[in-house]
Amino acid sequence: MVLVLNDFSQAFSKAFQLIFHLDPALLEIIGLSLRVSMTAVLIASIIGLPLGAALALYKFYGRGLVVALLNAFMGLPPVVVGLVVYLMLSRSGPFGVLGLLFTPTAMIIAQVCLITPIIAALTRQTILDANVEYYEQLRALGAKASRMMKTLLWETRFSLLTGVFAGFGRAIAEVGAVLIVGGNINHATRVMTTAIALETRKGDIELALALGIILIAISLIVTSIVMSARHAAYQHHN
Amino acid sequence: MLHTNTITSMSNIDALPLQVNNLHITKNGNALLNDLTLTIESNDITVILGPNGAGKSLLLRTAHGLELPNQGTLRWNATTPKPQNAWRAYIFQKPVLLRRSVRANLEYVLSLHGIDKTNYPSLIDAALEHTGLSQLAERNARVLSGGEQQRLNIARAWVLKPNVILLDEPTAELDPNGTASIEHLIKTIAQEGTKVVMSTHDLGQAHRLANDILFLHQGKLVEHTSAKVFFEKPQSQTAQNFIAGKLLNGD
Repeated sequence: MVLVLNDFSQAFSKAFQLIFHLDPALLEIIGLSLRVSMTAVLIASIIGLPLGAALALYKFYGRGLVVALLNAFMGLPPVVVGLVVYLMLSRSGPFGVLGLLFTPTAMIIAQVCLITPIIAALTRQTILDANVEYYEQLRALGAKASRMMKTLLWETRFSLLTGVFAGFGRAIAEVGAVLIVGGNINHATRVMTTAIALETRKGDIELALALGIILIAISLIVTSIVMSARHAAYQHHN
Repeated sequence: MLHTNTITSMSNIDALPLQVNNLHITKNGNALLNDLTLTIESNDITVILGPNGAGKSLLLRTAHGLELPNQGTLRWNATTPKPQNAWRAYIFQKPVLLRRSVRANLEYVLSLHGIDKTNYPSLIDAALEHTGLSQLAERNARVLSGGEQQRLNIARAWVLKPNVILLDEPTAELDPNGTASIEHLIKTIAQEGTKVVMSTHDLGQAHRLANDILFLHQGKLVEHTSAKVFFEKPQSQTAQNFIAGKLLNGD
């Protein structure tokens, strides 16, 4: 117990040291983590928001199956996604010629696969709920289905942000997929989570914990920035 | 013929008459509207009166194309209504306003009907002025009071300069002040030449506004007369009982 507490206090002082010295290697890792996960969230939102809204509003044959799959995919194991993307991008895979394996792009692709179902499923539920309130009114005003979809996405933008952030949280925190398709190559594909896994395996618990503390701090900062922006916008609109 | 996307193309002579022939609407085996036949030709305020569950909303919804008849027809000057028709607007009892400014709520309606953007300011300013909302144009619609929200709801209908406005119990959720301002608005709309068809279960409101009364009870049209005749010498026992404030029994 004493030993663990000692580890934590040392890890905190190590974390502060790393931050205050603006350690260039650390900054590089943080930068790549943010770049990969934010790009993945952006792409997953571009796909997931309209997809979720369409699944809520359009009836088509097989919709139930798509929704069931989507909900199941919310809990996809990152290592499995990583493995599938790895097979797609490896030399002998269908997209091997693109030479993307072990690049940040491959990591972005894997994270997009992981979080698009989350964003789409949460969007679908949000739009379904809003539609109960809006459908009759929008229809009576003369809105057609495609316009209704756009309107509902905009009307629920504050709620949808929560889904987008659930996606970001999952992306920045996962290690399995980025490790497999990125390879944790120093100065190329090393991100916070893969660095933590590496330092733990090397036995440098102190550094690993310090990185963990910084990772949590970054998640908190990003989330609180967006939540306060959301709060300000919500106040303005309500 | 009717044009759906132009707002000044149709005079009221074109929207009327409203002709309903043997209209039946059945849901889950219940006849909610039962063999309605009527014609409305006069360009003033028609009030659909009756107790709850009489079928008032259903008739209005059918007149806007929100419900389809199981049998029979409802036509505005030989045209079957669709919700997309810009010449006719529908007002719900409880408005659902968009999370944006009062002005943006009106812009939204104009954009739905493909109105040229250069016309937006003049159309919107006129609708705001008519409904007394000019001062609130930049306010968020969701923070308005109940009465202001219903006025915006009416502005949202008015901005398209429709020939017909259908209102479903527009004051049911308002206090007396709000009710008075909405009733005043409804009269103004009618005076400016828009056909008004509205439902209410409030006898006093029917008395204050109606030129003619459609009295419905249990899905049937019991009476269709001028308001004067309806209130002075109702023809049916049901209407006499309703005016006398008695509870109406099932047949």
